[in-house]
Amino acid sequence: MLDYTTLKLVWWALVGVLLFGFAVMDGHDMGVGTLLPFVGRSDDERRAVLNSVGPHWEGNQVWFITAGGALFAAWPLVYAAVFSGFYIAMLAVLWALFFRPVGFDYRSKLADKRWRQAWDWGIFVGSAVPALVFGVAFGNVILGIPFHFEDTMLPVYSGSFWQLFSPFALVAGVVSLSMLVFHGANYLIVRTEGDIQRRAQRAATLAGVVMLLGFALGGVMANTMSGYVVTSPIDTGAGLNPLDKEVVRQAGAWMANFHAHPALFAFPALGFVGGLLGIVFARVARGVIAFICSALAELGIIATAGIAIFPFVLPSSTDPHSSLTLWDCVSSQRTLGVMFWVALIMTPIIVAYTGWAYRVMRGKVTVEYIKANDHSTY
Amino acid sequence: MISESLVDLSRLQFAATAFYHFLFVPLTLGLSFLLAIMESVYVLTGKTIYRDMTKFWGKLFGINFALGVTTGLTMEFQFGTNWAFYSHYVGDIFGAPLAIEGLLAFFLESTMVGLFFFGWDRLSRLGHLCVTYLVAIGSNLSALLILIANAWMQNPVGADFNPVTMRMEMTNFADIVFNPVAQSKFVHTLSAGYVTASIFVLGISAWYLLKNRDSEFARRSFRIAASFGLASALSVIVLGDESGYTAAETQETKLAAMEAMWKTEPAPAGLTLFGFPDEKTRTTKMAIHVPYVMGLIGTRTTDKVIPGIDELEARIARRIDTGIVAVKALERLRKDPKNAQRLADFNAVKADLGYGLLLKKYVADVSQATTEMKARAIDDAIPHVPSLFWSFRLMVGLSIGFLALFATAFYYAARNQLSTPWLLKWALWSIPLPWIACELGWFVAEYGRQPWTIHGVLPTHLSTSALSPGNLIFSLSGFLIFYSLLLVAELYLMFKYARLGPSSLGTGRYHFETAGQHTEARHA
Repeated sequence: MLDYTTLKLVWWALVGVLLFGFAVMDGHDMGVGTLLPFVGRSDDERRAVLNSVGPHWEGNQVWFITAGGALFAAWPLVYAAVFSGFYIAMLAVLWALFFRPVGFDYRSKLADKRWRQAWDWGIFVGSAVPALVFGVAFGNVILGIPFHFEDTMLPVYSGSFWQLFSPFALVAGVVSLSMLVFHGANYLIVRTEGDIQRRAQRAATLAGVVMLLGFALGGVMANTMSGYVVTSPIDTGAGLNPLDKEVVRQAGAWMANFHAHPALFAFPALGFVGGLLGIVFARVARGVIAFICSALAELGIIATAGIAIFPFVLPSSTDPHSSLTLWDCVSSQRTLGVMFWVALIMTPIIVAYTGWAYRVMRGKVTVEYIKANDHSTY
Repeated sequence: MISESLVDLSRLQFAATAFYHFLFVPLTLGLSFLLAIMESVYVLTGKTIYRDMTKFWGKLFGINFALGVTTGLTMEFQFGTNWAFYSHYVGDIFGAPLAIEGLLAFFLESTMVGLFFFGWDRLSRLGHLCVTYLVAIGSNLSALLILIANAWMQNPVGADFNPVTMRMEMTNFADIVFNPVAQSKFVHTLSAGYVTASIFVLGISAWYLLKNRDSEFARRSFRIAASFGLASALSVIVLGDESGYTAAETQETKLAAMEAMWKTEPAPAGLTLFGFPDEKTRTTKMAIHVPYVMGLIGTRTTDKVIPGIDELEARIARRIDTGIVAVKALERLRKDPKNAQRLADFNAVKADLGYGLLLKKYVADVSQATTEMKARAIDDAIPHVPSLFWSFRLMVGLSIGFLALFATAFYYAARNQLSTPWLLKWALWSIPLPWIACELGWFVAEYGRQPWTIHGVLPTHLSTSALSPGNLIFSLSGFLIFYSLLLVAELYLMFKYARLGPSSLGTGRYHFETAGQHTEARHA
């Protein structure tokens, strides 16, 4: 059995892998869903856009569901505090997500024009709102969240819903939304042609530029903001109660890890380089390479945020010693161990059959294809 | 402090969204296997009509599946949003099967379902058949893992309380996976899903036969549904899960309540077939009593006693007294976590910690609990008898009806007499009934678990998030609006496509496409 300290670190990385998997897989179909009303003008064009992700969005959404489940299993305190604390925001995400399965599946089952247009906007909401809110939520995590634990470990959130929308959190939301739209646009460049592809190229440029500007602005803001520092010793190999540690706020603390290990600047650099190259390849319609570049940009951006707040995963602004770190928000050693082996065995299998599914469905989705398969496509 | 109205609203929301989710689950579980069977026949015989059957019933499967996925999202969110203390207290155990469900089952099901719908022209016949089987296996595996999680709420094995982290932690993963309650629940839930899907196909096919449309298509569907349904209905009864209730001690209160066993009877106990349980007088009026049967079904022996409510209450009273000691011992230990004596004191009584927590509903400091408070806590610990008694009987009665329907349908199908109107009407009007039986079953299982979220470990009233009742009114209203709209859209499409029948495939071979001529689908 792996020792507890290692398992805790591995799970920090695995949560990151799941977030990255979500951004790459569910991210591109959320981007496509957001772009749907804009890159598809006629009904047939919109159907081509929808069917480019039609066979895959369902499996991709499981990245999101599994990330939620893994959070529950590996970081139960984070799952409890975030989901109950961000109650209204979580419901907004949930209700927006409702529109996706139903939108994809029901939209083209009736020929009525208003029915189809309503679902197109439903899919837009179901794709754009979660992408935006996730970013806002991460922005708030970096800022510190107004919550504390009672003695029993009941998490109590003391902020309001509107308080979530501070300037930095909004920048984070814009980065998240534009990042997924950028990625989705690159996917559309691969899977469509003609007018749709040209519009996707323009969308990729615009979203990529917004993402890069937002990421740069966020970096400038994080540079001076108050971060958090654990000031008491932590026995990383033990089962810990978060309330047993001391934490202080400190300006600039979120840059400390980068300054201590300059090699880590590679991750924000990856965010910028991936973004720039992604835009360049999108403009020359090299979709596959652009898609890989936007995926790398996602990796760079997500890792940058994770490293900045390391070892914190959920700092508390109102009661710093309630803050959660990757050392004390975790499940028991046994649970982390069991889950580690399951994840280690299953993830490559999932990647393999998902890759096979994309291979089976490869090729351009055209308006002609939609017309020829009117009864069996979305 | 958590208010009582918050707890009630949280329970209402969970119950409503869970019941709603389970409107879609049983059809997914059963129909996925029926599709695999139909497609197997297609691959084996090469007859196009079986491919059309797979595609058409697959369309209805898809309409249902979309809402199953949608409403399943709510379930995944809701432990965290509304049951934050529960999530912290048992996430170490409960979260694992949920996460494994994603990795092992739901990824498979969801990835393959895309290929099921879009891969017909891209895959070989055998390749597509494999995809269909993987959808079925994925959805059934998914049910297994969810039921492992649920069974742990009913019978929390393989876990222990850790006073440092203040939560339950996993001690044995295999015990959780092989929980006897999980095994019986799994078989029971799957068979219920198979029955639901079989009646769905049977009833809609019966309607085509009544309308004299697409008869060849309908007859073949009817036959497959009747055979699969008969086998499933038999397994629901043969593998009926009452055994699971006594295999686990924690299920005894549920069993006693649903069978209205007010007093402990000498073994083997009799079964109250029928009657009117009265909570006030603790008697069952006009009871039809069958001697010995309950003891035989419940324990599979003639000499094991099944405890009645009177005996269970006496046990609960003792455990509440020890539980008070446990709560106080934990408080002392928390003040001095390194004290070995205090740890030993706590460990001696910690098995009853949950029973001490039951009193938190009435008093913050449980050592101040009055006799009257304890009496109320004991009363809480026995689930409501009449509702469980009736729900259970209604569910069993419906199941016997399903068996009769399948047996009759199978008999007539075998003799090729599928133009018998009374049988067809019986099948048609039975369509809603399995859903009622499924929901009643869940009501017995979950309402019968009260007052606990984790039986004997964590009382429901301590499990919620620190929200305001206003938050809950907002979210409940939202769910009400969204779920109503979604249900209207779902039912509209379901009815539309069921009425349209295989003509919706656009093959040109079926009723509405052959311009009213009485042509049958000719199978190649």
